[in-house]
Amino acid sequence: MMQKPIYYKIKQFILTYSTHILLIIVSLSCILPLLWMFSSSLKTQATVFSDMSLFPQNPHWENFYIAWTKGGFGRYFFNSLLYTIVVVLGIVFATSLAAYGISRLKIPGKNIIFYVFLAAMMIPIPGAFVALYVLLNKLGFLNPHTGIPLLDNAIMRLGYILPLINSGLSLGIYMLKTFFDKMPGDLEDSARIDGCSVFGIYWHIALPMAKPAIAVIVIFNTLNVWNEYLLAMLVLTGKNLMPLTRALMVFRGTHITEYPLLMSGMTITVIPIIIVYIILQKHIIAGITAGAVKG
Amino acid sequence: MEHRKAKKIFTNYLFVLPAVLLFCTFHLYPFVNVFRYSLFQWDGIVPFSSAQFVGLAHFKDIFTANPQWWYSMWHAFYITLLTLVFQNGLALLLALACDRAIRGAKAYRMIFFLPPVLSGIVVGLIWQWIYDGNYGLLNYWLTNIGLGHLARAWLADPNTSLTCVGIVHMWKGFGWGFIILLAGLQSIPRELYEAAKVDGAGAWDTFRRVTVPLMVPVFVLVTILTILNTMQIYDLIVSLTGGGPGYHTEVPITRILAAMRGGSRLGYACALGIVFGLMLLIISFLQIQVSKLTKQE
Repeated sequence: MMQKPIYYKIKQFILTYSTHILLIIVSLSCILPLLWMFSSSLKTQATVFSDMSLFPQNPHWENFYIAWTKGGFGRYFFNSLLYTIVVVLGIVFATSLAAYGISRLKIPGKNIIFYVFLAAMMIPIPGAFVALYVLLNKLGFLNPHTGIPLLDNAIMRLGYILPLINSGLSLGIYMLKTFFDKMPGDLEDSARIDGCSVFGIYWHIALPMAKPAIAVIVIFNTLNVWNEYLLAMLVLTGKNLMPLTRALMVFRGTHITEYPLLMSGMTITVIPIIIVYIILQKHIIAGITAGAVKG
Repeated sequence: MEHRKAKKIFTNYLFVLPAVLLFCTFHLYPFVNVFRYSLFQWDGIVPFSSAQFVGLAHFKDIFTANPQWWYSMWHAFYITLLTLVFQNGLALLLALACDRAIRGAKAYRMIFFLPPVLSGIVVGLIWQWIYDGNYGLLNYWLTNIGLGHLARAWLADPNTSLTCVGIVHMWKGFGWGFIILLAGLQSIPRELYEAAKVDGAGAWDTFRRVTVPLMVPVFVLVTILTILNTMQIYDLIVSLTGGGPGYHTEVPITRILAAMRGGSRLGYACALGIVFGLMLLIISFLQIQVSKLTKQE
């Protein structure tokens, strides 16, 4: 090095610290809005606009209880959870079955099927929800009249669940097919010799081996479904069926004067995601990087 | 024997059946129908059989008599431009910073990626309040540091509303760009940097001659995904402004929804969707072509 050591050291010092300052400022800007949402959820309607502190002196934790019960967020939380679990399970089963079939089994025309799924991933159709809405209406998902309220609700929920399962198919099949293609077939061969059925091989051997790929699919779709809004807005009109995102917008519209409760509801919406994120961040980042290939 | 073989193939088909059935019903069928409906004048209430065939009239109307639609396109495009320059610029800067051996890189990475995993609705509702004219945090801070004359109702002011929406979009999105760019940077073999150092190349030269050429495919991917995601912005719009003030933050998706729900013009909404979808397709196609050209050079 030609530079004098002291000059070099100072330069290095300034560079490192200015980098850290930039990174810290950006980090703070990421966290502060969330912190403010949380602290506002602990204030009262009377203080929420005047008390700008991040750590309120008398935190009203009961706001969460009120939002959960009176505000209905307990129910919305249950709805979001139900939709997320059912949709993700549906996607895992439909995609792993199809991907295994396409990768391993003799199915005439399977390449065409695969390429149609791939093409669907590449072609954006922003207007498709219009035709989807018409279809759901025609199939009776939006206004069922069975006379049994419980059954009616289940049908309306399905009208939201099935299209969401469909929207996770292409990426899942693509990822799992790539995985199965690379997977060695020895175990399957020996199972076949032992007289295991095709489905048995899929269930006992292929599925457990595909765990890493399935984890990525689960994480990616959990985030998608938990945060979904547009389809919920179009399809789910009954308040008792709404997921959190949709309910938040309705709550904002009807309870404009209950800011702390709205903030509690928003906190209830993001906390599960934040917890899952902190626990699984490595996998989530891998999932999103893989999901990004979706374009 | 033939019978058993046929039965086996039939069983195999059962594997793809659930996915294919769902896909045909909820993807292919609506996809085809979008094109069919776009040729009809239909309110969605009367049976489709009694809808009136209008041919390409909707498309002609979109291109000649629907300035509002093109304004909404421009709004989404404006946010996209902001995002491409500032969000991805910041994302690249941060990725370069974290690619060096820096303390706490993992913690930064974890924090930056927090906004992208959150619901757009929640993010929009938080920022709506930050921007609020009367009680917002932004105005409160501006007043405190003596810049009170700048305070305004940020989202209700036509001069600032669209840019403010763009800022929230970038806040939510930069961590995503950061992660992909960082993954790209980390895939560059370290030996190349060392070789450049041995050859006496400075930081800027190394960046220009080593990093950038190797990152071109990643840049193209990030650019395409940024454009596709941002042009279809919706959740943030409904939770921040609902398209207002006036029509100042309307975007294509809100216009399609307005035609569908407000105007009961389902056929027209489908035509808008097709025009929009084709433009997105052309943009990503052009991007890929351009990247192929740069690779050949």
